[in-house]
Amino acid sequence: MSRYTPASESDRGEMLRAIGVKSIDALFADIPAHLRLAGPLELDAGKSELEVFEELKALAARNTSAEDELSFLGAGMYDHYVPALVDSIVSRSEFLTPYTPYQPEVSQGGLQAMFEYQTAICELTGLPISNASVYEGPSAVAAAGYVAKLANSSPPTRARFVVSRGVHPHSREALATLAHGWGMEVVEAPLHDGITELPALDDQVSAVIVQQPNFLGAVEDLEALAGAAHAAGALCIAACDPLPLSVLRAPGECGVDVAVGEGQTLGNRLDFGGPSFGFFAATEALIRRVPGRIAGETVDVEGKRGFVLTLQTREQHIRREKATSNICTAQALNALAGVIYLSWLGRHGIVELTELMLQRTAYARERLGAIDGVHLLHDQPVVREFAITLDAPVPAVIERCAAQGVNPGYALHRDYPEHENGLLVAITEKRTRADIDRLAETLKGAVAAERSQDAHHVGVH
Amino acid sequence: MSDPSYPEDLLYHPEHDWARVDGDQATFGITWFAQDSLGEVVFFDPPKVGTTVTKDAAYTEIESVKAVSDVISPLSGEIVDVNDALGDSPETINEDPYGAGWLVKVKLSDPSEQEALLDSAAYAATLS
Repeated sequence: MSRYTPASESDRGEMLRAIGVKSIDALFADIPAHLRLAGPLELDAGKSELEVFEELKALAARNTSAEDELSFLGAGMYDHYVPALVDSIVSRSEFLTPYTPYQPEVSQGGLQAMFEYQTAICELTGLPISNASVYEGPSAVAAAGYVAKLANSSPPTRARFVVSRGVHPHSREALATLAHGWGMEVVEAPLHDGITELPALDDQVSAVIVQQPNFLGAVEDLEALAGAAHAAGALCIAACDPLPLSVLRAPGECGVDVAVGEGQTLGNRLDFGGPSFGFFAATEALIRRVPGRIAGETVDVEGKRGFVLTLQTREQHIRREKATSNICTAQALNALAGVIYLSWLGRHGIVELTELMLQRTAYARERLGAIDGVHLLHDQPVVREFAITLDAPVPAVIERCAAQGVNPGYALHRDYPEHENGLLVAITEKRTRADIDRLAETLKGAVAAERSQDAHHVGVH
Repeated sequence: MSDPSYPEDLLYHPEHDWARVDGDQATFGITWFAQDSLGEVVFFDPPKVGTTVTKDAAYTEIESVKAVSDVISPLSGEIVDVNDALGDSPETINEDPYGAGWLVKVKLSDPSEQEALLDSAAYAATLS
């Protein structure tokens, strides 16, 4: 008998007799025979720990990490430098080991970290309310959609979301998946010359959802989009990249009702896609609809500064079986990394960092745009990422660049079939001017090689 | 309100709601027992004027420091007025549940439904 099976043959016999069943197979009689497994799975025999280790090591060696190549890949997750300070603080066992840092018996230190995190998010977004974070960007977008649904629960019921095609595909997918269960329709607003072109909005629209900067890197006119949403009685939700918010007008000042976003770029590494955190900020009118928890500052019985969980209006310990939000795992640790990172950068540092990205992005856009066979996909202002089109098949060009240790970016056709030859290029403070020059040379060579090969294929010289 | 009271001029729903009927219009609220069970009320989610309410179904929510609870409509009709003052001082529901703590006024669609409601004595008997 396997050592992982807790019940012995005689234990099982006793249990079967107690419930009056002849055999374990008889318990599965309701499942048609043809759907049941007839024999054991065709798996290899068990391996030793050392063999398993070697096999996993060989598999892991097939990955290329962002440390192993010169990467210009972004599309929602970005390769920023994370200072050792972040690891040093989040590794403290007080932060690292609590099972769920939101319990009623949460420590004062944990609450203070949440409060400071919320303060930073409010300052970045220009909105008065921030919760203590959610799981990641895409679910934050969907959660914002639910807030709009709750805010419009009385007639007119407004059963439609209008979502810009410039919103990250993962966010649109998360929203569509959840909206189905809410009985809500999702309509996509197209991009025109890189920015959102809203359709006519009527009184059935619950929220207009956009992204800043959008997936193609373009800065949207949030004020105009929020104005159009409000004119139709809908809310405006903006999914924002947090670092660019330090140089762009704050969404709250543009009339955005809910600003959410992916927090990875704030002190969290790429880590193969997660875990990270999402941020969630809103106007005061929506405070009771916000998911998760909000920590607040107060004074104790002796008049000393202290912190409490102020609001958790949709959570299970308040709403019991009617709960509509459940944010409770240790993703608070990732949000803590976020507030440490923001404190490390400071008010001026975050602007300096983003201005550096602005300058390098402008340089890279100019360099790449000047290459024969490369064109800008749009002319809109950008901050840290821009889209180009190639006169050559993008996957093949990416392969050629990768062979030289350069990852030139994200092949847009994976999510945007209308941009079959599109490439999305991201810049962080880790990519120097020399790195950008190397990208330009590599891309130039790869595009030229593909074009000449293509010319050979059709028999033209 | 320190002492339980169930005024005799009101009709009661067993889910701890009261109705003060005046012709084809009625005022709704929650009973002393309901506010006492909830504890300190911190939020009243006002429904919109014009919303249809249905007897025995929830029409709004009240949040106390302990929990969020549905408020059940004792009669059917359409909301014609909402106690907006509760937005700033929801604790009025605790302090004066039959007076200033009223929740909504409703134009009744079927006044005969009130025959199914309880009088003060019958409601009080359900609590013991």
